[in-house]
Amino acid sequence: MSTPAKISLRDVHKAFGTKKVLQGVDLDIAAGESVAIIGGSGTGKSVTLKCILGLLTPDKGSIMVDGVDMTQASRSDHEDMLAKTGMLFQGAALFDSLSVWQNVAFGLIEGKGMKPKVARDLAIARLSDVGLSADVANLSPSSLSGGMQKRVGLARAIATEPEILFFDEPTTGIDPIMGDVINDLIVKCTRDLGASAVTITHDMASARKIADRVAMLYQGKIIWDGPVSEIDQTDNPYLQQFVAGDIEGPLDLDLKHL
Amino acid sequence: MPIFAPVGHMFLSFLALVGRVTVFAGRTIGHMIAPPIYFRLIFKQMREIGYFSLPVVAMTTLFAGMVLALQSYSGFSRFSAESAVATVVVISMTRELGPVLAGLMVAGRVGAAIAAEIGTMRVTEQIDALVTLSTNPFKYLVVPRVIAGLLTLPILVLIGDILGVLGGYMVGVNKLGFNEASYIRSTFQYLEQLDVVSGLVKAAVFGFIITLMGCYHGYNSRGGAQGVGQATTNAVVSSSILILIANYIVTELFFSR
Repeated sequence: MSTPAKISLRDVHKAFGTKKVLQGVDLDIAAGESVAIIGGSGTGKSVTLKCILGLLTPDKGSIMVDGVDMTQASRSDHEDMLAKTGMLFQGAALFDSLSVWQNVAFGLIEGKGMKPKVARDLAIARLSDVGLSADVANLSPSSLSGGMQKRVGLARAIATEPEILFFDEPTTGIDPIMGDVINDLIVKCTRDLGASAVTITHDMASARKIADRVAMLYQGKIIWDGPVSEIDQTDNPYLQQFVAGDIEGPLDLDLKHL
Repeated sequence: MPIFAPVGHMFLSFLALVGRVTVFAGRTIGHMIAPPIYFRLIFKQMREIGYFSLPVVAMTTLFAGMVLALQSYSGFSRFSAESAVATVVVISMTRELGPVLAGLMVAGRVGAAIAAEIGTMRVTEQIDALVTLSTNPFKYLVVPRVIAGLLTLPILVLIGDILGVLGGYMVGVNKLGFNEASYIRSTFQYLEQLDVVSGLVKAAVFGFIITLMGCYHGYNSRGGAQGVGQATTNAVVSSSILILIANYIVTELFFSR
């Protein structure tokens, strides 16, 4: 890799009781690069993301962000890291008790201490960036459709102009057309900010559109890592099966109940 | 013997729970004295916990005072001590019934609501979202509720005490035939400052317990809607039991000779 890694995971392990979810994950994400982590349900994609964010503590290994090992970091180092990240959650995770604009402006007001009036104007500008008009600013998140909630979640993630963006299953739960709109918005926002992006998804169309590079997670390890353009040329049977969506193949899927 | 294994397991689980709640309470107190403090959220929670609990606390204590006057009159008449009714009503209300009834009613109303709200935030990843937005969930969600509980329960209990005594007065004067002036004089004649203060201290302790247990069970809820429902039940049950235990301990501290 020619540029220094913005995020670097080395031999990351995480278990919940006897269930070993991550068993030595190694992954580098360069500055300005967009990487999609793909894999089936329960392979540890979300756990990987939560370990990077510090929401979960790995049992072993190191997670470097801008050269600081987050597994050993002080509280202030961790706060510094969070201050330069934005995250779009799978279900958007909008705060029910706040209006749409208050959700978008939350990081600006509570995280950066911005005055609410200034933050409101910025929030409306961010809503416009994701294709939402100022009319929705005062609505409650529960009155929005799933696609609109994802867009508000995206506006909230980019509101503080972060250097690193995380997307957790950005197209799950919405129709394919709205999914494509979200993908386009993610590409646009990431490019405009010049941010590094990590997307976890099992939607190959989304991965192809959003990412420069794809890493496949299986049985707690990255088993394939390469440019998006090489997905279809790979001779890796696990990735071939996952991309094709075949039931038959080497992937040990949890299909016992079928 | 195998019969003791489940008992031992339950005892160890209970000790682990006590440890977790103690750590949670310690973290809460630590965050209560360190900035930033979200005053806006504290005032909002004071309105939710205090103002909106006023009707239920008022009704409960008013009728408790009325029943107390009727019962004590009926009992005391057996040994010609009817004149003690006003004193019994005011001391019972301020020392015991005011704080305990208000505490249990607020535990049902507020403890459940706190556990459900924070539990839903947990299972829908809103608490994780707070962290990613550089906001400490403890300071933003737990501390304002606990401070609001500590401050508003004594106010609620003071209002409840007054309404309880009013209930006793209404029954005493209108139904039992007491003279208005002598009933009021009897009410204040043997009332001591400690009676009221001990009740208000109890109220503050109960406010801490109710909000802490609501936050603890909500914060640690898992497993979707079923987990949130379980957290709500646990919050109400555990805070109600702890209120009764704390009531004895505070009474012992104030009045044991």
